[in-house]
Amino acid sequence: MSDRGPDSAGVAIYNEPEDPSILKLSLFAPSGYDWDALKAELGQALDAEIDYAVHATHALFTLPDTDFDLDEWLRKEHPELRVMSAGHAIEIYKEKGLPENFVRQFALQDFSGSHALGHTRMATESAVTTEHSHPFSTGMDLCLVHNGSLSNHNRLRSFLRKQGVDIQTDNDSEVAAGYLMWRLSEGDTLKEALENALQDLDGFYTLAVGTRDGFAVLRDPIACKPAVLAETDDWVAMASEFRAIAQLDGVENAHIWEPEPATVYVWGGQ
Amino acid sequence: MKQFDLKVDTLRELNQYLHDSPDNEVHVINPEGRHCVAAGVNHDADVTIDGHVGYYCAGMNKHAHITVNGNAGPGVAENMMSGVVRVKGGASQYAGASGHGGTLIVEGDASSRCGISMKGIDIVVAGDVGHMSGFMAQEGHLVVCGDAGHHLGDSLYEAVIFVRGSVGELGADCVEKEMTEDHQAELARLLAAAGLDYPTDEFRRYGSARKLYHFDIDHADAY
Repeated sequence: MSDRGPDSAGVAIYNEPEDPSILKLSLFAPSGYDWDALKAELGQALDAEIDYAVHATHALFTLPDTDFDLDEWLRKEHPELRVMSAGHAIEIYKEKGLPENFVRQFALQDFSGSHALGHTRMATESAVTTEHSHPFSTGMDLCLVHNGSLSNHNRLRSFLRKQGVDIQTDNDSEVAAGYLMWRLSEGDTLKEALENALQDLDGFYTLAVGTRDGFAVLRDPIACKPAVLAETDDWVAMASEFRAIAQLDGVENAHIWEPEPATVYVWGGQ
Repeated sequence: MKQFDLKVDTLRELNQYLHDSPDNEVHVINPEGRHCVAAGVNHDADVTIDGHVGYYCAGMNKHAHITVNGNAGPGVAENMMSGVVRVKGGASQYAGASGHGGTLIVEGDASSRCGISMKGIDIVVAGDVGHMSGFMAQEGHLVVCGDAGHHLGDSLYEAVIFVRGSVGELGADCVEKEMTEDHQAELARLLAAAGLDYPTDEFRRYGSARKLYHFDIDHADAY
C-alpha cells in the first residue's frame, strides 16, 4: 500500500503466547539503544526472568505477569522510551517512512498471529513521527487506528488528562484511543465505549479497534471516510479500500459490504 | 476483443489503450480493487470488467458501455457525460456524483450520497441507497427500487427521484410529489433501460419544494 504515501505505517499483531501469564511490552527507543542494559535493570526491579527480541527500532520484552507498575517505572527511570503496546497477545510496531520500507525493516513476513491491524498514514494536522503513527495503544491488548479528523480533540485531551489518561502527543487519533481507554476504565464494554464515542467525538472518523480476541469498527454518522468489510467462514477483514482485502485467500467467495454509519460492529469477545 | 489482466498489465496501459484505441471491445480481468479502472473513456467502447473495482471506476465516461461484474468502490461513474455504466454488485458512496448524462445502473445496493450533485445523469439502483442520496441534485433521475436512507434529496434542485420502498427522513426542501402519467412513462423508460420490471405505480416521486433555492418560474426552461 506504499502508494498511499510515505508518511508512516504500523501494525498491531495479536499472537497469544503459549504461556498465558506472559506479558508483552513493545518499546520504542532512539537508535543504538542498549536493550541489554534495560533487560538487566528491569529484571532486577521485577526480580524476574525477562527476555526480549529486537525488531528494528522496537524491542519486544516478554516478562511474567506482574502487579508492578511498569508504566510508572518506565516513565520515571527511562523517559527516553515509549511504550507502544502492552498486553498478553498484542505487539505494536510502527515507524515513519514508506510502508514497504517498514514491512522490510521489521521483517513483517516473519510474524504470525490470530489477527492484526495495519495502518498507513497520510498526516494532516500533526507531525510525522514514530510516536504519531498508528496503531495507538488503548490499554492492555487494545489498539486503535483512525481515518479522519477530530475537531474537539484539544478539549477532549485536556479532559482525559484530568481523568489520568496518559496521552503522549498532540495527535487527534491518540485522543480517540485515550477516550476509549477512559471509557473502558469506567466500566464500559467495548461496544458501550464506542457507542459513547458517537456522542463525545466531534469530527469525522472511521475507527478500527483491535481487541485480544477480535476487533471492532465504527464510522461517524456522516460516514464520509470509506470502509469495506469482507467475511467468509474462515476470516473477517476490514479496510478503507477493497484492494487491501483483494489478496486474501477465499476473497472471491467472501460476503462484502459497507459498514453502516453510526453503527458499532464487534467481532470476538469484549 | 482486447484483454487486460491487471495482475500483469498496468492500469496506465489499460486506460491509455481505452483513451487511444477505437477498439470497441475490451475485457478486463483481475482488477483487485484498483482505482480509476476505465476512467475517462471518450468513445463508443464496450468494456467488461470481471471483479471488484476501487475508487472512481468509469469516471468521466463519455459514450462507452462499461460493465463491472463485481462491486464498485466510491465514486463509480462520477461526472459521467454519456454512455452506460452497469455495476452488477453494490456500489460504495457517491455513485454517479455530479454526472451530466448517460445511465448508471447498480444492480445491488448503493451507499451514501448516491447521485450527489447530479446534473443530468439517470441513475437506477435495483437495491437500496444510503443516506444523503441526491444531495443538491440538479437534473436527471434517480430511481431507487429498494429503500432510501435518511436525508434523501437534501437541498434538491430539479432532479427527479423515484423510490419504490421506504424513505428515511426527507432532506431539507425535498417533498413527495404527485406521480403523473408523464412521470410513470419516464420511470417505465428508465426501468426498461436498466432491465428491471417493476410496476411504476409502486413508486413514489420526490422533488424540490423550491423554497430553499432561488427558483423563478419564468426561468423554468433553463433547468
